[in-house]
Amino acid sequence: MTPHHTRFKEFLAGARDTIPMMVGAAPFGVIFGTLVTSGPLSPWLGQLMSVAVFAGSAQFIALGLIASNASFAVVWATTLIVNLRHVLYSATLAPYVSHLPLRWRLVLGGLLTDEVFAVAWAHFRRRPPGDDVSPYHFLGSGVAMYLNWQIWTVVGLLFGAAFPGLQSLGLDFAMVATFIAIVVPQLVALRYVAAAVTAGALAFFWQDWPYKLGLLGAVAAGVAVGVALSWPRGARTAAAGASR
Amino acid sequence: MNYVIMILGMAAITWLIRTAVFVLGERIAFPPLVRTALGFVPVTVLTAIIVPMAVAPHGHGAELTWRNPQLVGALAAIAVSALTRRPLLTIAVGLAVFFTWQGAVLPMLIR
Repeated sequence: MTPHHTRFKEFLAGARDTIPMMVGAAPFGVIFGTLVTSGPLSPWLGQLMSVAVFAGSAQFIALGLIASNASFAVVWATTLIVNLRHVLYSATLAPYVSHLPLRWRLVLGGLLTDEVFAVAWAHFRRRPPGDDVSPYHFLGSGVAMYLNWQIWTVVGLLFGAAFPGLQSLGLDFAMVATFIAIVVPQLVALRYVAAAVTAGALAFFWQDWPYKLGLLGAVAAGVAVGVALSWPRGARTAAAGASR
Repeated sequence: MNYVIMILGMAAITWLIRTAVFVLGERIAFPPLVRTALGFVPVTVLTAIIVPMAVAPHGHGAELTWRNPQLVGALAAIAVSALTRRPLLTIAVGLAVFFTWQGAVLPMLIR
């Protein structure tokens, strides 16, 4: 077992590695809070959503659905579809947490947003899974992201009404810049570039599909391209030839 | 108060999705093909989210032009990230280019 000061250092390192994501998520938290104040939800319900759901895109879509008087069943079904990608995240990280007690896995799973996944995966992927993998870096990243989301939701709720032009300013570009900072360093081989280009192009062409299903389809196609290019030896040449 | 039920329902669904594999993990074995596939998930998900945001920021049609500050800022961020691999620098330069382009360069050029 790691000593206390090492755990704390890992916790802090996880939080520190998450700072770029926190900067990127800040405008989304503020805009979310602002949108709540202009809709039918009372402010404390907006905060409850950030505290209990902690999933930006699902929260935004729920606000839109509530404003258009959608039934709860539609809101829940949409939440399910939009968040399905998290199954892939937890499957990727599962080998690194499988040795932990159940309460740890329930907490870490609950904190697993897109951003925390990106940080945790960047941290874990260089080391082999096993019983000596410490969860404190992952926890630090998740807790930092969670507190960050709560704070910026409050800011949006409190001051949102004072910045009515916030959305038209294009602050969501911070999200684009953040994700570019994560993706580009990972494009270390042609198969990653091919997978990313496929997913990006199809996500653009399929963006009008309902419920973000175009996004899921684009990801599936990008992953398929990446897998085809990863096949060993003869199979790889055949797959590359077939896909041209 | 009905909204409380709706929000708690959303929370339960989200939490179940996120923890399912972590909880059932020991009973789920992933074959090598699935592991290979999962390795491509982060890059493809993040790219699929940002490309429509940068290329079609208003949600109707591609804006492949220097008049699109999202696209100009994204290209600047890609260049910085490819050259330095430093996340904070990438985000800072990307945001600076985006806001400069939107607030100063475009109004000047269009006039």
